[in-house]
Amino acid sequence: MVDIAYGPDPGPRLDPSRRDTAYLQMVRRKRMYGGILLVLFVALMASGFGVAESRNAGGFLDGLRQLDDFPAEVISEAWRNRAALPGLALQFLPSLIETVNIAAVSTLIGALLASALALLSTRDLARWPRLTPLFRRMMDGMRAIPEIVIALVLIYILGGGPVPAMIAIAFHTSGALGKLFSEVAENADLKPVEGLSSVGASWFQRMWLGILPQVAPNWTSYALMRFEINIRASAILGFVGSGGIGYDLKLAMQWGQGRYDQVVAIFLLLFATIVLVDQLSDRFRNRLVKGAR
Amino acid sequence: MTAIDMTLRHDVSALIARKRRMAFLVPLLLVVYLAYIFVAFDLPGLASRARIDNVGILLSDFWSHKTHVTRDNRSGDLTVAVEGESKGEYPPGLSPDWVSQQGDATLIDLGAGHLVTYTPDAAAYEIPGYGTIAVRPEGNALAVDLPPGPVPDWINQSATRISVTTDQGRFAYTRSKVEVFRYEAGWELFFFTLDSPFYGKGPLELAGMALWGERVDPERSNLGYMLSEFWTNKMWHHGDVAWALFETVLMAFLGTMGAGIVALPLAFLAASNFTPLRSIRFAFRRVFDFVRGVDALIWTIILSRAFGPGPMTGALAILITDTGSFGKMFSEALENIDEKQVEGIRSTGANSLQRARFGVIPQVTPVLLSQLLYYLESNTRSATVIGAIVGGGIGLLLTQAIITQKDWEEVAYYMVLIVLMVMAMDTLSGWLRRKLIKGEPVRS
Repeated sequence: MVDIAYGPDPGPRLDPSRRDTAYLQMVRRKRMYGGILLVLFVALMASGFGVAESRNAGGFLDGLRQLDDFPAEVISEAWRNRAALPGLALQFLPSLIETVNIAAVSTLIGALLASALALLSTRDLARWPRLTPLFRRMMDGMRAIPEIVIALVLIYILGGGPVPAMIAIAFHTSGALGKLFSEVAENADLKPVEGLSSVGASWFQRMWLGILPQVAPNWTSYALMRFEINIRASAILGFVGSGGIGYDLKLAMQWGQGRYDQVVAIFLLLFATIVLVDQLSDRFRNRLVKGAR
Repeated sequence: MTAIDMTLRHDVSALIARKRRMAFLVPLLLVVYLAYIFVAFDLPGLASRARIDNVGILLSDFWSHKTHVTRDNRSGDLTVAVEGESKGEYPPGLSPDWVSQQGDATLIDLGAGHLVTYTPDAAAYEIPGYGTIAVRPEGNALAVDLPPGPVPDWINQSATRISVTTDQGRFAYTRSKVEVFRYEAGWELFFFTLDSPFYGKGPLELAGMALWGERVDPERSNLGYMLSEFWTNKMWHHGDVAWALFETVLMAFLGTMGAGIVALPLAFLAASNFTPLRSIRFAFRRVFDFVRGVDALIWTIILSRAFGPGPMTGALAILITDTGSFGKMFSEALENIDEKQVEGIRSTGANSLQRARFGVIPQVTPVLLSQLLYYLESNTRSATVIGAIVGGGIGLLLTQAIITQKDWEEVAYYMVLIVLMVMAMDTLSGWLRRKLIKGEPVRS
């Protein structure tokens, strides 16, 4: 921390023989730097918020006053039709299953691709050590492209439906997971690999029998975390253009008044699914990583 | 053999048998699931729905542009326009060097010997190796003279229209107009539009003009004029695009940092070592869970009703969602601190605020900062999607460009910009993380 306070320049150093003044000086200096940073940060936030508000259609305070208008309208309409809610929830269940399926398949395919990419780009494990930078840059690129970009282009080619969203999410997932997987694989113990290669195992056998058993718990835990994220992503992509419950939500929202009971049914389904998956995966991940049965 | 050996042996073989079953069952389950998806997502039907020819359009449009040479057959007016847009129209008297006038006729050289001639009331397309296609109106229909032999499939003909597609371009004749498309590589008019005095000049010439050339506009320097011409480019809207990128980053920044500011005090109330009252703790944790569970999509919808479209709505949506995530993570970090430092501060008679400031905050700062920066990067990507919903930032421009289904070079441009933006934010947040927190970044 002292280094941070002084910066890299070798400026006037403290006189260590007079410890009390030296310490006070350091504290003062640190406080000054901290204060400057804080003022800068506050100024940045305030001016940024000002710009964002000026480019927004509605102002902040006006919006705050009518913040509960829309939820109140929606909920009151849904409350009047509360008897229909279970039926509506049942009606949208297939779309919900589609959304969850998109997330699950894309996590699965993404994780498979990611494990190959991760092993190929980890030092000491790579099949072709010279190509590791190539695979790393590939993962960086895949991670950087937001799902929506790929999804919208694929909708143009493949038409609507769940497949564009699935491919888009799987593509992004393999980049994101690949990086995390490779960090785990880097810390794997190499002794089993050496043992296996001494008996003439091929690269695939070395990875399958020597590395995978070591990294499987952490990899599964990361993949589960990604599954949570992907359910949200799949709902959003549906809203922007593809299949699943997001698309139903968009249709109901476009209809507006008169279908707010549908909106509420979809909200509730989505909320319940996200919370349920979060809780389940949280519990399962704890068991995986901490090893408690 | 003793009893212990026997049970051990039994345990081990049971374990191995279980592992063997797992090694068989897990792949089997995966295959069954994928087969179900194959049916549920109707992958066999995808082949019929997919329009593979769109791939060709996409790939060629991504890196090339087309110039339309159109003659109105009723008025006889000739227009030459990039992408057929009025913004890219060549002013009268100016035309690309492959379009020339000879008396009444217009000659269009498509390269490789392909030559199109517009004469008043007729047109002809000369294709090397095939012959000349001559078209003229006859009453309400078109009279087409083709070279002898079978009609090739790249000529599409009906009574009232004919279109010819070759590697060099496209030719189409209807009763109202005759049109030729010529495809060329590159993003035309990317720097300056046709009405700009700097159009069509090479980089060296431009540099010369900027440094010592005569002032084109006596009011301002050439360099300033060039920059303003570039910034206000009517085809590519560089200024608007830059604003959109800035808006997207702004949404991510305001949302992430705002969420951090809101979540920090709340996290103290949800941490077991700071809030002894169980009910308060429980309530705040449930609030975090609720906010996270409602999800950015729903917050975005609710907020855009109240605040209208724009970047502030997007920033608030990110802020609310991430308050839940940060609240959960920060309270966990607070529960894991070392109590000894707090004890030490307490022994000097510090009150609870001072204990938090000097005993707790320094301990959790690295974890907090690293999480904030990590989310800043990932929120830049989310802000692109949220922007598409709330109508702000580069996400909106991208969806608009894709919905029109013709400005694919703009789509490609935005895609490149988005990837560069995300990579820049990734690099920046990684650099800051290393700079501010010495040692390995913490990731949950």
